[in-house]
Amino acid sequence: MSHILIMIAKRLAFGVLTLFFVSILIFGATELLPGDFAEEFLGQSATPETVAAIRRQLGLNLPMHIRYGEWLGILPGWTSMNAEGVLTGRCIEAGIATADAPAYCGVLQGDFGNSLSNRRPVAELLGTRLGNTLFLALYAAAIAVPLSLMLGILAALFRNSVFDRVVNASALTSISFPEFFVAYILIFWLAGMGGLFPSMATIRPATDFAEKLYLAFLPALTLTLVVTAHMMRMTRAAIINLLASPYIEMARLKGMSPIRVIVRHALPNALAPIINVIALNLAYLITGVVVVEVVFVYPGLGQLMVDSVAARDMPVVQAVALIFAAAYVLLNLTADVLATLSNPRLVKRG
Amino acid sequence: MGVLITFFWFLVVVAGCLAAGWLFRGIAMRLAPAGAKRELGTAPLTASFGMLMILVYILVAVFAPLIAPFPERAVVGTEYMPWDSVHLLGTDNLGRDMLSRLIFGARNTVGIAFATTVLAFLIGSVFGMLAATVSGWLDQGMSRLVDVLMAIPALIFALLLLTIFGTSILTLILVIAVIDSTRVYRLARSVALNIVVMDYIEAAKLRGEGLWRLITREILPNALAPLVAEFGLRFCFVFLAISALSFLGLGLQPPMADWGSMVKENATLIAFGDITPLLPAGAIALLTVSVNFVVDWQLHRASGLKE
Repeated sequence: MSHILIMIAKRLAFGVLTLFFVSILIFGATELLPGDFAEEFLGQSATPETVAAIRRQLGLNLPMHIRYGEWLGILPGWTSMNAEGVLTGRCIEAGIATADAPAYCGVLQGDFGNSLSNRRPVAELLGTRLGNTLFLALYAAAIAVPLSLMLGILAALFRNSVFDRVVNASALTSISFPEFFVAYILIFWLAGMGGLFPSMATIRPATDFAEKLYLAFLPALTLTLVVTAHMMRMTRAAIINLLASPYIEMARLKGMSPIRVIVRHALPNALAPIINVIALNLAYLITGVVVVEVVFVYPGLGQLMVDSVAARDMPVVQAVALIFAAAYVLLNLTADVLATLSNPRLVKRG
Repeated sequence: MGVLITFFWFLVVVAGCLAAGWLFRGIAMRLAPAGAKRELGTAPLTASFGMLMILVYILVAVFAPLIAPFPERAVVGTEYMPWDSVHLLGTDNLGRDMLSRLIFGARNTVGIAFATTVLAFLIGSVFGMLAATVSGWLDQGMSRLVDVLMAIPALIFALLLLTIFGTSILTLILVIAVIDSTRVYRLARSVALNIVVMDYIEAAKLRGEGLWRLITREILPNALAPLVAEFGLRFCFVFLAISALSFLGLGLQPPMADWGSMVKENATLIAFGDITPLLPAGAIALLTVSVNFVVDWQLHRASGLKE
C-alpha cells in the first residue's frame, strides 16, 4: 500500500510543479506586453514624471522575480517605494498592510490586483461568476457522465447493430460541430418561437436553485451534447477492447447474461480509461464553457474573460486563465490518481 | 406530427448525402488512375461524401470571386432582408449579401485554418524530430516546456496570448499555430523516437550525414504517414478553434467575411425563427464532419482495424 501513496505523492508534487510553471508563464505574460505598462495605464496623461511615479507605485522598477513573488503572495507585497521614500504597493493601497507591517497579498491569498478598465479589485469581479461557472460545469457533468456511460455500455452491448451505428455516427457528427452551432440549434428549437426555455440565461445572485436549473438548462444541454460524444465513444471502445479477452469468453460460456458480463466483469477493468476520458472531458468543459457562456449571455468566468481580452485588461485575464488552468491541472491529476486506484494490480502490489 | 415531418426530411437529407457520395465515388473511380481505383473502392459512403464535400469547399474557395453574385464587403441592400430572388439568402446586419459572404468566407476561414495547420506542422514536426534525434538535454528541455504549455487549456492559452499581442490575422495564425504545434511535437517526437534507433539511421550517422539531412532525408520519409493522418484531425481542431475565436470577436476582424463572426453578427435573427445565421455555422460543421469522415476511413485503413 505504501508505494501507492508514494506514487500519489509524486503525482501531486508534479501537479504543483506544473501549476508553478503555469503561474510563471501567466505572470510573464505581462512582461511580454508591447509598450510600457505604465504608459498604457496612464493613457493620455502620460508624462515622464507620472510614468516614473506609476512605475514606482506599481513596483515596476523592481526586478522581475521579486514582482513575481509579490504577485503570487510568497513575498510580502509592500516593497515598492515612491519618490518621497514612502512604501507603497497593492497591499498598502488595499489597506491590508501598513508601511511598517508588511502583509502577503497575492494570488495565493486570493488577491489578483485591480482591473485596468474599471479599477475594481479582480477578486470582486470574480466573486459570483466563479460560482456560476462551476454550477454550469457541474450541471452539465451531472447530465453528461451518466448519459455517456449508459450509451457507451449499450453501444458495446449491441455493437454493430443499427443502434450502435446510429449512436456512433451521431457521436462523430457532434464532435465535429462547433459549440455555438449546437447552442444556436438548441435555441432555435427550444427557445425560439415555442419558447420552452429562455435563450438568455440571466442568472442573478438572488435567483433560487430551481429557477437556476431552469435558466441554465440550455447552456448545460449544449455542453452535454458537446462532451457526451467523446466520452461515449471511449467507453464503448474500452469495453469492446476487453470483450475479446479470455475471461469474458469464460463468463459467457458459464451462461451469464450479456448485460451482467459487461457490468460485472468488463466494466471494472475498463474503469481506468473511462475515468481518464471523463476527466479529460470535464477539463474540456472548461474551454467549452467560454463559448457557451457568450452565446447564452451567462454571467460566468468565460464571459468575463472574453470581455477582458477584448479590452486587454491583463490582471483579469491572468486571474481567469490561472483559475481555468488550475482546474484543468487538478482534474487531470485527479484522473491519474483515480485511474491508479481503480487498478487492483497497482494498489495491492508490494 | 411536426417531429415526424422533421425526421422525414432529416432522413431524406441523409439519404441524399449518401447518394451523392455514392455517385461521386463512382465517377471518381472512372477518372482515377488504376492504383487509386482500388483504394477508392474501399471507401465507405460517408468517406466518399466527405471527399466530395472537401472538393466542393476547395472549388468554392478558389473560385469565390467568380461564383459570388456580389462583392465581399459591399453594402447592397437594407439590413436583414429576407430571402428573395436577388439576394438568395437575404442580407446581413449591415445589408451585405449573405450568400456572397458565405462564399468568400470559405476562402478566408478555411484558407487561414489551412495555413495555420501547415505552420503548426512545420514547427511541431521539425522540433519533435530534432528532439528525438539529438536527445539529451535538448529533448528534456523542450519536452518539459511542451508539458507545461499543454497543461493550459488551448482556448484559454490562446485568449491569454491574444491579450498580449492584440487581435490581428497574423497574430491569430501565429498564436494558434504555436499552441497546436505542441500537440504535433508530441506525435512527431514519439514517431521519430522509434525510427532513430533503427540501424539505417546509425549507418547514416556513421556516413557523416549532418543533422538537417538526417532529419529531412532519413527520418521524415518514414514518419510521414502518421503525420499526414494526424493532419486532418489537427485541421479540424484548428478550424474549430479559429471559428470559436472569430465567434467571440477575437479572430478574423470585420469587414472580412468569416463564418464564425457571421454567426455572431446575425445571431439575433435566430430568436425570430430565421435560420440564416445558422448557415455559416452549418458550413463550419459540414466541413469538419466531412474531414472527420475521411480521416476515420484513413485511420481504419491504416490500422487494419476490422473490429
